[in-house]
Amino acid sequence: MHGIFRLSMVWLVLVLGLWVPAQAAEPIKIGAFVSATGPAAFLGDPELKTLEMYVARINAAGGVLGRPLQLIHYDDGGNASEARNYASRLIRADRVDFIIGGSTTGTTMAAVPMIEQARIPFISMAGAIVITEPVKPWVFKTPQSDRMAAQRILADMQSRGITRVGLLSGTDGFGSSGRAQTLEVAGDFGIEIVADLTYGPQDTDMTAQLTRIRNTAGVEALLNFGFGQGPAIVTRNYAHLGMTLPFYQSHGVASDRFLELAGAAAEGIRLPASPLLVPDDLAEDDPQRPVVQAYKEAFEAQWNMRVSTFGGYAYDALMLAVKAIETAGTTEPGAVRDALEGIRGHVGVTGIYSFSPTDHMGLAVESFRILEVRDGRWVLID
Amino acid sequence: MLAEFLQYLFSGITTGAIYALVALGFTLVYNASHVINFAQGEFLMIGGMATVSLLALGIPLPLAIFMAILLAGILGILLQRLAIAPAKHADVITLIIITIGASIFLRGLAQLIWGKELHALPSFSSTESLHVGGAVMYTQSLWVLGIATVIVLALVVFFKYTLMGKAILATSMNKRAAQLVGIRIQWVLMIAFMLAATLGAVAGVAIAPISFTTYDIGIMLGLKGFVAAAIGGLGSGVGAVVGGLLLGIAETMTAGYISSEYKDAVAFLLILLILFFMPRGLFGSRVAERV
Repeated sequence: MHGIFRLSMVWLVLVLGLWVPAQAAEPIKIGAFVSATGPAAFLGDPELKTLEMYVARINAAGGVLGRPLQLIHYDDGGNASEARNYASRLIRADRVDFIIGGSTTGTTMAAVPMIEQARIPFISMAGAIVITEPVKPWVFKTPQSDRMAAQRILADMQSRGITRVGLLSGTDGFGSSGRAQTLEVAGDFGIEIVADLTYGPQDTDMTAQLTRIRNTAGVEALLNFGFGQGPAIVTRNYAHLGMTLPFYQSHGVASDRFLELAGAAAEGIRLPASPLLVPDDLAEDDPQRPVVQAYKEAFEAQWNMRVSTFGGYAYDALMLAVKAIETAGTTEPGAVRDALEGIRGHVGVTGIYSFSPTDHMGLAVESFRILEVRDGRWVLID
Repeated sequence: MLAEFLQYLFSGITTGAIYALVALGFTLVYNASHVINFAQGEFLMIGGMATVSLLALGIPLPLAIFMAILLAGILGILLQRLAIAPAKHADVITLIIITIGASIFLRGLAQLIWGKELHALPSFSSTESLHVGGAVMYTQSLWVLGIATVIVLALVVFFKYTLMGKAILATSMNKRAAQLVGIRIQWVLMIAFMLAATLGAVAGVAIAPISFTTYDIGIMLGLKGFVAAAIGGLGSGVGAVVGGLLLGIAETMTAGYISSEYKDAVAFLLILLILFFMPRGLFGSRVAERV
């Protein structure tokens, strides 16, 4: 009898002990579903690391609205139906105040209908234009769309007087979407796609495709829209064939890793990228300079790995969420959503965000910087 | 015109030589047990990745390659001892499924140890490309072709003239009879897996300078290598090389002359046609199926 009484007292103390401080400052729950493992892990891994690190930092600095942030995260492994399950769990079981997530377009779009229905503000970290076009009231995103990458590249070509372009793209989702967008907007820049070739994402040699482009009459530049090893192999094949056409890659390979893989063959390549790759090249008066440098330094010090553009998307998503909650002064979903939509001129790592009721991505085409590879490193051109 | 054709041919040979080298790895285990070892692609990956990380430790390239191949050989033995041997009474299909499981396990392990990034390996010799009649070829392609040739010859000698090779063939033809003449089946299988893993690692190291290497490179290359082996007739070394080159050249010729979109479709059509008219592949053994 005594034993039971003593046990229940211990239990009571424990429960009260847990409950009382929780009552004092109930955390703001940020839900996240990312692809931390699986084929899209190169996206989800730096994203999750960024979220964990900055939630801890924000809490150390006193939290948001005097309340700590609580990050509840799940790993969808790049699988769309898992993403949907986890989004559902975040909404129903965890009852989060804000959702960040969807490393890929597939996982994002699988969760969107449910989030729209639950009316919770949501920021995606995936690229495709379908996420925010047409505008969905509760859905926002941080990365530029692939159409903007295409526009940025074509604009740079236009400024160099190039009018006839050979296009080479991977048949994976990223490559084929980029190809479609390029074909769609090329006309706006007075550019004609004179050759349009593809390769499989796991192919080991693209010299045949490059030879065809080289032999196309009147071709003035080469554009490769692809991801992973494909573009690195294309770059090597290009040097191997001794080709001299101006060579553009997409933002899909905008990482230091690409330079290591392609080596000397990458010399002279241009591509659109986040300023994160050239933190020291940014002008002193560039508003993004301090943000980019601080993020890069903090990430690399904490995780002992190089910073990536994708982690930058997560950083921007989290900071936008915090800003919206602070502006709203509450976690009431409707107020936070309105505050998010009202954000103007927020300086992030990826670019400067200005949302509006008709634009839930908030970045201008110019947020992509055009970089060129010189002496084995990225140099800011524009 | 000719330069263009030559370029497509050279590209096809580069790709084909890679497929051929992968296909050769399937030959050994198939000959010993009629099992298609779907973990073969993983040994490719282990060879390439281990070399990359040993190289990063400052070990010179030849020694790094040697150690990586040794490591793969040991893993091959472990695969046979820990996964295949316990299921020795299971039928071939079960064993094939076990190798698929092993491949997923090895890939997961590699992802943990080496991460998910792509890695490059330097070419064995000059990085300058060879110029022939207006077309170019990687020097590394010649290495791959040369290594494939040496391996084919070595396999022929091994199976025809060594006791070990004959024991492996005997085991594949009739397990019980082989046992009765004193061949230790499990031991033969272990040697076969070890040699296959070694071959896979050699292939992985040889092709890494061309294709790069990463933890999941074995999936696609393993599959293409298997297709090449099937075209050539499983179990035949010469068949594996011819099958690989045929597949590679068909792919690039299609990409060059027809459309890059149909590249894989044409390759698979080729397989269907060959297997339809020659079910045992181009160089498959003509023995009747045991019933």
